[in-house]
Amino acid sequence: MKSVIFRTLAPVLTSLMMLFSIFVLLRGHNEPGGGFIGGLIAVSALAIYGMAHGVETVRRAIFFHPMAIAGAGLLAATSAGLIAIFAGVPFMTGLWIYPAVFGREVPLSTVLLFDTGVYLVVVGAISSIALSLEERGGE
Amino acid sequence: MDVTALTFMALALPFAAALVAPGLTRLLGHNAAWVLAVAPAAIFLHFLRFLPDVASGEFVTGGYAWIPSFNVSFSWLIDGLSLTFMLLISGIGALIVLYSGGYLKGHPQQGRFFAFILLFMGSMQGLVVSDSFLMLFVFWELTSITSFLLIGFDHAREAARRAALQALVVTGGGGLLLLAGLLILWNVSGVTQLSLLLSFGSEVKESPFYLAALLLVLGGAFTKSAQFPFHFWLPNAMEAPTPVSAYLHSATMVKAGVYLLMRLNPVLGGTPEWQLLLPLFGVTTLVIGAALAVRQTDMKLMLAYTTVASLGLLVMSIGLGSPHAIEAAALYLVAHALFKGALFMVAGILDHETGLRDFTKLGGLRSAMPLTFAIALAAALSMGGLPPFFGFLAKEELYSAFSAPNFRSALFAILAVLGNALMFAVAFAVALKPFLGPRVKTPKHAHEAPLLLWIGPAVLALKGLSIALLSGLAHRFVSSPTASAIAGEPRTVDISLVPHLGLPLVLSALTVALGVAFYLNLARLRAAMAAILVDIGWGPDRGFDQFMRGLVRLAVAVTRRLQGGRLDVYMTATFSLVAVILLALPLRYGEFPRAPFFSADVPVHELAIIAIAVGGLFAVVVASDRLTAIVSLGIQGFAVAVIYLLYGAPDLSFTQFMVETLSVVVLALVMTRLRLSPADHRPLPEKARDATIALACGLGFALFLLRATAVPFDRSLTDFFNLYSKSAAHGANVVNVIIVDFRGTDTLGEIAVVMITGLAILALVRLRAGSLKRAVVAEADETAVEERA
Repeated sequence: MKSVIFRTLAPVLTSLMMLFSIFVLLRGHNEPGGGFIGGLIAVSALAIYGMAHGVETVRRAIFFHPMAIAGAGLLAATSAGLIAIFAGVPFMTGLWIYPAVFGREVPLSTVLLFDTGVYLVVVGAISSIALSLEERGGE
Repeated sequence: MDVTALTFMALALPFAAALVAPGLTRLLGHNAAWVLAVAPAAIFLHFLRFLPDVASGEFVTGGYAWIPSFNVSFSWLIDGLSLTFMLLISGIGALIVLYSGGYLKGHPQQGRFFAFILLFMGSMQGLVVSDSFLMLFVFWELTSITSFLLIGFDHAREAARRAALQALVVTGGGGLLLLAGLLILWNVSGVTQLSLLLSFGSEVKESPFYLAALLLVLGGAFTKSAQFPFHFWLPNAMEAPTPVSAYLHSATMVKAGVYLLMRLNPVLGGTPEWQLLLPLFGVTTLVIGAALAVRQTDMKLMLAYTTVASLGLLVMSIGLGSPHAIEAAALYLVAHALFKGALFMVAGILDHETGLRDFTKLGGLRSAMPLTFAIALAAALSMGGLPPFFGFLAKEELYSAFSAPNFRSALFAILAVLGNALMFAVAFAVALKPFLGPRVKTPKHAHEAPLLLWIGPAVLALKGLSIALLSGLAHRFVSSPTASAIAGEPRTVDISLVPHLGLPLVLSALTVALGVAFYLNLARLRAAMAAILVDIGWGPDRGFDQFMRGLVRLAVAVTRRLQGGRLDVYMTATFSLVAVILLALPLRYGEFPRAPFFSADVPVHELAIIAIAVGGLFAVVVASDRLTAIVSLGIQGFAVAVIYLLYGAPDLSFTQFMVETLSVVVLALVMTRLRLSPADHRPLPEKARDATIALACGLGFALFLLRATAVPFDRSLTDFFNLYSKSAAHGANVVNVIIVDFRGTDTLGEIAVVMITGLAILALVRLRAGSLKRAVVAEADETAVEERA
């Protein structure tokens, strides 16, 4: 797309949406949100960036191959389930720890790791599809 | 440690050894065999401890619960039969590992070979000690798979690949029949364990499903044990390296079918069907196998066909079912494993040392390889059924079974003598011809085999002699318990080398006389058999190829018919079916929703949103080009998202917004890629048809939803999730807690699907682009050629 306004705004919009997607991912356990929605938002951000600046720019920006990102997500989700086995409880049991960071208690869990896995799979798989379609469509 | 844990470890040990085999071979070269052989030797020693108990008529069961809710266990049954098999497998296994060390010395993939053969050993052990049906089936198919790997070991050759595939299809397919048979037995008896099934013999035999169970079990056993007309895969399996032939295709795996028949004899045996089918197929296999063996000149192939014949002999004697026949089966089982294993290894030594396997091209090796000659002779004497070897005892016992003065006995006696005489001739052709006569020039200069090669066959050949000399001991610990297990009642084997005049000795003498005559006229016999085979022209081996070709053709035809590749046809079929299901089923069962459908007091803002959705749909229908239609579809989607929001489902609404946005983006991208004409060019009748289907689907879904929501809502799950979401899963957002915690395993499966879908679409996009590019390049080449011309 050639619109100068769009091209100028797109990076700002993309970075805001990316931040928002992570925010949505992290708040998901207690308020509306979660890995799936967060992932979809991130993909939309990438799609906007791709429309404005071309697929190659997006590929450079995310550095890894989208499918590698999805693979990492699946690995993260699976290991989140497997950690429970090594802790001696059934597969996929949620485990929580509460480390103190700068004096504040931060709840961390295998469930969050799992949700992050979902986020990454969605981002990777769907952006892979969108990018490859966009790439060929431009030829 | 207790016996149960030790036995479990013994059963798992071969698999563990297979895991370390490649690394060990890289470290030690072929000498790794000495270390790896410790595993089967240890198993052998462990199972020896059961001998006294089993000899006194007891049996040992043990194991662990596996899936208790389905009554599935990992459990074993050790009685005379499984113990004999177990000792044969582990004992011969240790020798085979040593032999492979010498035979494949310096082979780049020797480590892999060790791993495969140990994997096979583990599967075979599991098969013969399995008590639960499921475990039996799993190990049964595992032996087929490991056999596939071993036959195809030399995978660069096409013949080896074909033989491997053939063996897998035949024996693996037979395994499926066996599974069906076991399911019927389970249904009839209600038990899933062999040790319990043994007491249900009369129930099974009286059941109307007896014949079906019998035929299915026989289907499994006959394919595995290479009975005619499924015998063809066994000779083809000789493409495998010789240690495999000696181990799998003579001593162990092919006996799995025989084992199954022996094991189930108390349950299925003794009926007229059993006594008709088994002897019939057995004796046919015996005669055909022996006759085909005579036809060959390759020593491995000759031995392979005699193995087919021997398996026929075993099946026949199990089927005859008389006390003598059962005892003969028990004796011959052991005798055959010993002499055939030894002879195969001798054939391998000759191949290894001279570079030839054709016995007509070998001669005069006795001075160069005296030890091999002695081993071959000892094994052949046992195979020919001559005293003082164990084979003699087995044959005498078998011939005692034909003493009944009737036609049936006489017929089987004649055919058995004929088959045995042919095998006699083949045995001595392999054991004498290469060693006697003048020395012939061979591709490699022959000298005596190294220790690793001769130790295996030597032990087996000696064993064949020693257990015959100490027959009392052998019978007490091995033959009698085995025969008792096959018969399902206590049996005592007491045949010895002491000559006892009578019919058996006469038949034995006749066999030997006939065998010598065949041996002297082997060349003539071979020519005659060759002529007969040429006249017949067709065999099951070629039939297999025709069958496979037919199968592929059928699959292609069905696929072409069902998967034409036109997306519009798929869509029309799918949605028509959906419409039919949604409308026809409520019509059939009178389950349409009752009026009134809507409450009168719908708030204005909800009505407004519905109006927007309808407006969006209208825009889709009247849109002049595709892109506009796609974007208009988004209007309806967003309206639905707002409805979700109004009804208090923010998560769902959120997701719907994102999905709508992305699907518009992706669809638009797809449209630009497909290079379709921008507008819709369907003729009017087609439009009318598609509109009808669409309306029917929509109506169906609407009625379905109205009916479904009219049912009182079951709050038990809602209450559960509300109650435990915060307290057990530490999350206030119930929807998210369900997704990532309560039903996390579902989600794991779903994201795996998302990932696979992504990969598939990526591949499709790439493939399409690639093929287009190729087509363009090909076109360009053609033009270039034309221009040059």
